[in-house]
Amino acid sequence: MREITFSEALGEAILEEMERDPTIFTYGEDIAKQGGIFGAYKSLLGKFPDRIFDTPISEEAIYGSALGAALVGMRPVVEFHFADFLFTGIQSITLQIEKIRYMTGGQGKLHLVLRGPDGVAQSAAAQHSESIETIFMHVPGIKIIIPSTPYDMKGLMKTALRSDDPVICFEHKRLYKIKGPVPEEEYLIPFGVADIKREGKDVTVVAMSRMVHESLRAANELEKEGISVEMIDLRTLVPWDKKRVIESVKKTNHLVVAHETWKRAGWGAEIASVVQEEAFDYLDAPILRVGEKNVPMPFSPPLEEFVTPDYKDVIKAIKKVLE
Amino acid sequence: MEYSKDFLLNLYRTMVRIRNFELRAEKLFLEGKLPGFIHLYIGEEAIATGVMANLRKDDYITSTHRGHGHMIAKGGDMKRMMAELYGKLTGYCKGKGGSMHIASFEIGVLGANGVVGGGLPIAVGAGLGIKIKKSDQVVVAFFGEGASNTGAFHESLNFASIYKLPVVFINENNRFASTARVEETTSVENISDRAVGYGIPGVTIDGNNVIAVYETAKEAIRRAREGGGPSLIEAKTYRLKGHFVGDPELYRKKEEIEKFLSKEPIGRFEKKLFEMKILNKNLRDSIWSESEKEIDEAVKFAEESPMPKPEDALTDLFVDDTGYDY
Repeated sequence: MREITFSEALGEAILEEMERDPTIFTYGEDIAKQGGIFGAYKSLLGKFPDRIFDTPISEEAIYGSALGAALVGMRPVVEFHFADFLFTGIQSITLQIEKIRYMTGGQGKLHLVLRGPDGVAQSAAAQHSESIETIFMHVPGIKIIIPSTPYDMKGLMKTALRSDDPVICFEHKRLYKIKGPVPEEEYLIPFGVADIKREGKDVTVVAMSRMVHESLRAANELEKEGISVEMIDLRTLVPWDKKRVIESVKKTNHLVVAHETWKRAGWGAEIASVVQEEAFDYLDAPILRVGEKNVPMPFSPPLEEFVTPDYKDVIKAIKKVLE
Repeated sequence: MEYSKDFLLNLYRTMVRIRNFELRAEKLFLEGKLPGFIHLYIGEEAIATGVMANLRKDDYITSTHRGHGHMIAKGGDMKRMMAELYGKLTGYCKGKGGSMHIASFEIGVLGANGVVGGGLPIAVGAGLGIKIKKSDQVVVAFFGEGASNTGAFHESLNFASIYKLPVVFINENNRFASTARVEETTSVENISDRAVGYGIPGVTIDGNNVIAVYETAKEAIRRAREGGGPSLIEAKTYRLKGHFVGDPELYRKKEEIEKFLSKEPIGRFEKKLFEMKILNKNLRDSIWSESEKEIDEAVKFAEESPMPKPEDALTDLFVDDTGYDY
C-alpha cells in the first residue's frame, strides 16, 4: 500500500469531501496562502480559492461563525491554529456550539468541524504546547476525534465531514510529518470504535495521539522482558469505546491510561473511573495514569522533557501496575 | 413617503401584540406560573417591528435574552412561545430552552441568546454561509448597547466588514446593560460612531419611531441584499421595565421612567394614526382585544400542554448519539 504523511491524509480527506459536497468550506488563520502553521493544508494550496480562505485573528468570531454557517445549511471546517487558542474564543464553543441544538429542542443540524494542532513540540512553551481535549469531553455537546496515524486521520476526518453533529479534531504537531499506509480507495472510520494496535495478555494500555506511539514503543521494549501489553488507541474520545476497553481489562486485569494532557483530571481519570465502576472485580491492581505534570508547559528543553510524558513513563506505570 | 393603510395598521398590530404578550408574561411570572427568568421588551417594540417589516421569511435573525419581540415580529407562534415559557413539551424548544433560548430555525430565528453578544458571531457565520452559497438572503443581528462593549462585537463587525457579508447589525440602545447605565459603561455617546472603526455605514435613529426604524432598516437591508455589505444601526430606546421581572431597580428613579413613558413607541404611533384618520377608537379597541384573545388562547394552550417527561432531558443533544454516555 502507498504511504503518505498525516498532513497529506488530512488534505486528501478535505479535498475529496469538498469535491463531493459543495457546502464544505474551510477557513482559519494562515491556511490559504501558507498551508497552515505546521503544513496541515500544504496539499490544499491553490485549491478552491472561494472555499478556502484566511481570516483575521478573531477566535470568538471564527468559531461562532462556524455555528451560524452550519445553521444556514453549510458545512464549515475551521482551523483553530493552536489548541491553546481555543481558550480565547471558547464561549463560541462551550456556550454556543455545544448547547444550541439541545437548548432549542433538537432544531437544526450542527454539521461543523473544528480542527487544528495541539501538543508539545519544539519548546513552544506554555501558550503553544498544551493538549486540552478533556475540556471538550467535560462539556457535553461536541464529538472529539484524535487520530494518531495517517490512516485514521483520513478515515475519521471523512466521517467528521459527513457528520450532522459538531466535531473537534486534535492533531498532534509531532504527527503531521509521520508517514503511514493509506489506501487509494475510499474508506470511512466510524466514531466510537477503538483500534487495538497490539494484542497482549498482561496489561491493557489505553492511549491517544502521540502517546499511542510512545505506548507502542513501551510495549516493544517490555516484550523483551516477557511482558505482554495490549495497546488500545481510542481514536475518538466522545464517544469512546467503553466496550473494547472493558473487554480488554477483563482479559488482562490491569490498566494504564496514557495521555499527554495534564494527569490531574485529565480524561484518563474518566476512563479509570468508568472501568472501576463497571469492571472492578476484574482488576488485580489499581489503575494507573500517565500524563503531563500539573504545571504549564515550561520552555527550556530539560524542563519541557521532564514534565512531558513519554514511553519511559509508560514503562514505569506498566511495571508498577504489574508489581 | 406613502404607506398603505394596511401596512401601517400591521405595524401597529405587531407592536400591540408584542406589548400584550410581554404584559401577560410579566403577570404570569409574578403569579409564579413561569419558571426561570424573563426579560421584557416593553418600550422597545418599534425596533423589532420596523426592522422585521423589511424581512422575508427566509431571511435570518439572531436575537438576545430580551427576545420575545423579535420572535413575534418574525412570525413566531405565540402558542409555542408561551408553552416554552411554561417549560412545556409543546414549546418551541420542547421545554429545554425557556425564554432566553427561544428559537425557530424554520422561520429564520437562529435563537435568542443568554450570552450578551453571543448572537453576533452566529449572525456573521450565517452571513458567511449565505455569501458562499450565493443566495440573496440577509441576516439581522439584534444586540444591546451592553453587547457593543464585548470582544464579540469588535470581532464580528470587523469580520463582516472585510468579507462584505449581508449582515445588518441593529443595536437596541435601551440605556441599561443589566443595571449599568450606558453613559457609565460606554466610551461613546452614540454606538453608531463605532461603525467608523470597521469601515461600514453607521447611523443613530429614534428607536421609538417605528417608521424611522422601518425606513433606515430598509436601506441597510437593501444594501446587504445587493452585496453592499454590513451596516450598523443604533436605535435609541428606553427600557421601561427592569432588567428582568423582579428587578429591584435600585439604579434609577421612578421619575425617569415616567419621563420616558410619553415617548414610548405605541402611544406615539397611535397618536399619529389617529391624526391620519387611519385609526379610531373602535378599531384600536378591537386590535387590542383581538390581541388579548390571541394571548388568552396561547396561555390556554400552554397550560393544557403536557410537561416533558424527565427522561426527555436525555434527547436532542446530538443527531447521532450512538455510543454516547449520558
